[in-house]
Amino acid sequence: MKGGFVKNLPKVYGLYTGGFAVFILIMAIAEQAGVSAKNIGVMFVAFTVLIYAFIGYLSRTVQVDAYYVAGRQVPTVFNGMATAADWMSGASFVALAGGVYFGGYTYMAFLVGWTGGYVLVATLLAPYLRKFGCYTVPDFIGTRYGGNLVRACSVFVLFIASFTYVTAQINATGTIASRALGIPFELGVWVGLISILICSMLGGMRAVTWTQVAQYIVLIIAYLIPVFWISSKVGGGVFPHLMLGDEVARLGELEQQFGLVKNSAADMKAAGVPGGLKYISGPHSGVPEGGMAVWKYLSLAICMMVGTASLPHILMRYFTTPSVKAARKSVAWSLFFIFLLYSSAPMLATLSKLALMDPNLPTGIIGKSISEVQNIQWVQNWSAVKQVFIADFNGDGILQLNEWFMRGDVVVLATPEVAGLPFVISGLVFAGGMAAAMSTADGLVLAISNALSHDIYYKIVNPKADTAKRLIVARVLLVIIGAAGAYIASFRLTSILGSVAWAFDFAMSGLFFPLVLGVWWKRATRQGAIAGIMAGILSGWAYLLWVYPKFSMAIWGVVNEPWLGIDHLRFGMIGAPVCLVTMVVVSLMTKEPDAATQAMVDATRVPTGKAVLGKQH
Amino acid sequence: MSNKDAYWNKTKNHMIVTLVLWAFFSLVIFMFGSELNTMSFLGYPLAYYMTAQGSLLAFVVMLFWTANKQEKIDEEHGFSEREDD
Repeated sequence: MKGGFVKNLPKVYGLYTGGFAVFILIMAIAEQAGVSAKNIGVMFVAFTVLIYAFIGYLSRTVQVDAYYVAGRQVPTVFNGMATAADWMSGASFVALAGGVYFGGYTYMAFLVGWTGGYVLVATLLAPYLRKFGCYTVPDFIGTRYGGNLVRACSVFVLFIASFTYVTAQINATGTIASRALGIPFELGVWVGLISILICSMLGGMRAVTWTQVAQYIVLIIAYLIPVFWISSKVGGGVFPHLMLGDEVARLGELEQQFGLVKNSAADMKAAGVPGGLKYISGPHSGVPEGGMAVWKYLSLAICMMVGTASLPHILMRYFTTPSVKAARKSVAWSLFFIFLLYSSAPMLATLSKLALMDPNLPTGIIGKSISEVQNIQWVQNWSAVKQVFIADFNGDGILQLNEWFMRGDVVVLATPEVAGLPFVISGLVFAGGMAAAMSTADGLVLAISNALSHDIYYKIVNPKADTAKRLIVARVLLVIIGAAGAYIASFRLTSILGSVAWAFDFAMSGLFFPLVLGVWWKRATRQGAIAGIMAGILSGWAYLLWVYPKFSMAIWGVVNEPWLGIDHLRFGMIGAPVCLVTMVVVSLMTKEPDAATQAMVDATRVPTGKAVLGKQH
Repeated sequence: MSNKDAYWNKTKNHMIVTLVLWAFFSLVIFMFGSELNTMSFLGYPLAYYMTAQGSLLAFVVMLFWTANKQEKIDEEHGFSEREDD
C-alpha cells in the first residue's frame, strides 16, 4: 500500500471527508426522527474514534524509519494538516475562544504567540533538522554536540516539557469523553488513553501522521460550521471574519453601559462560585493602558513563540517530509491550516459574548432579571454540571456583568445551543474537541516514548539491540508514558491552560538555544550545550517554584510578587536568557569543536548531499 | 569565497530579513497598541484586528514567501534538491 497509498492520498481523504459529511447528515436526520441528544453525542465520538483506530491499524509497521519518521514520505500539504492537528490541542479547540471571551485583547497575545512561533520554526530550525536526518530532537543534539551526557540532558528537557503538556491533553480527552459518553471523568480519562494508544501503538509516527490528517479534517469542520452558522443566525454576516466590526464596537458600548467591575476574592468565596469559573472583567477590544500592560503582552507572546520553536512534538513532524524544500513549505502549510481555526476563535468569542450581553437580542441574559435567566433551559443544563453560576452580589435581582460566571470551555461547547442550533452541531463539536485533544496527545506521547526508546535505550543503554527489540521497547514505553499521563491527569492538578503554557516555557528554557546555535553557531561546544541546557531548565524551574503561589506557599510559606511582571505563565523569560548566556560563555571557554563536527554543521546547512545520519540508524 | 560560503551568507541575510518582518508583526506593532486602536480597519480597531487576525495572516504569507525565496537561493547556487530525493 506504500507508494500507491501516498499517490492516492487526495482521493482517500476526499472520500473520507465526504463520508464524514454523509455521517453528519444521517445524524441530522436521526435527530429529526427523535434520537436523543445524548445518543447523537455518543455516536459522533464513537464513530470518529473507531475510524482513527482503523487508520492506526492499517498503518502498522515493522520498519524503524516508518515507526520513527513515517518513512520520510509525507507530502507537504498533508504534513501541514497533520502538524496543525498535532499543534491544536484540546485547549486550542475548547478553551481558546473562551480565553478571548474573558481576556479580550490581552489574552490574544496567545494567538500571536502560537502562530508567530512558526516563523522561527521555518527560518531557524525545520529545514536544517530535516537535512540532518535525525529521528528525534535529542538525536540532533546528541549527534551535533557528541556524547551521551548532552543527549540525556536534552531528553530530560523534552520529557519535562512534553509530559507537562500531555497530562493536560489526556485531561481534555477525559473531559470530552466523559461529557459526550455520559461517564465519570476518571473513567473518561482511561477511555481517552485507550483511544490515543490504539492510534499510535502499531504504526508509530506513520500511524500518528495519517490519523492526525483525519483528525484535522474533523476538527476544522467541527469548528468552522458552528462559527459560520451562528454568525448568519445572529446577524453577524455570512463571513464573520471580515464583518464583525459593528459587533466589536457594540461590545465596547455594552461594556460601558454595564460597567467592568472587579469582584473581590472574598465576595466570590462567600457566594460559593465554583473553581475554574470566570467572569468578564476586561475590555474586549480595548488595549489596557501603561507600559506594564504592553510588556506583559509582549513577554507572553515571546514565550509562546520561542516555546513553539522548541517543542519536540512539533519539530519532529518536519522530519517526515521527503525533502528539505518540502519541510520549509510544510511549515507554511501548517500555519495556514492553524490560521483557519485561530482566526475564527476571536470571531466565535465576539458572537458568543454579544449573544449573552446584548439585551436587544433574544438570547441576551445580562441586565435581565435573575429568576427569568434561571428558567432558561441551557442555563439550567450547564448550572447542573457547575459550568455556569449566578451570584447576585448587589442583591437587586438583576443579572449584572460581574455576576455571571462561566467556564471558558462553555463558549465553544454551549454557544451552538445558546444560539438555537440543532443538537447535531453540538455532537459535531464534541467529535472535534475529541479529535483535537487526541491528536496532540498522540504526538506528545510518541515524542516522549521515541526519545526514551531511541535516545536512551538504543543510543545509550543497548546500542546492539536489533530492530524487533527496538520497536518492542518503543511500544512498551508508549503504553507506560500514556498510562502515567492518564494517572496524573485523573488528579486534575491545574486548569488546562496553566499547564499548557508551562510546557512552552520549559521547552524554551532548555532547548531553544541549544537547537538554534547547533545549526547557526559552529563554535557552540558540547560543554556549552550541557551547561546551557541544565542552567536554563533549572533556573526556569526554580523561578516557577518561586513565583507560582501554590508552590511558593508549599515550600516557603510565602507568596512572592512576580519580578518585572514575569509570572508563572512567562518563566521562560528567565530560563531562556540564562541558557543563552551560559551556553555562549562556556562554549567560548572550552576548545573549539573538531573538524568533523564543523563539517557536520556545514552539511546541515545545505539542502543537497548526504544527510548526517543515515536512513536507518 | 567558495560557493558554499556565498550560499550561506545569502541564506543568513534572508533569515535576518524574515526575522525583522516577524519582529515587526509580532512585537513592534503591539508596542503601540493604544495608538493603533484609534485607527480602524474593516470596521475593527486596528490593534484588535492585528492580534485577532492581521498578524496571523501576515505570518502565513511570510512563510510562503520565505520558502519560495529560499528555493530561489538554493537554485542559484546549485543546492536545489531533485524532486525524487
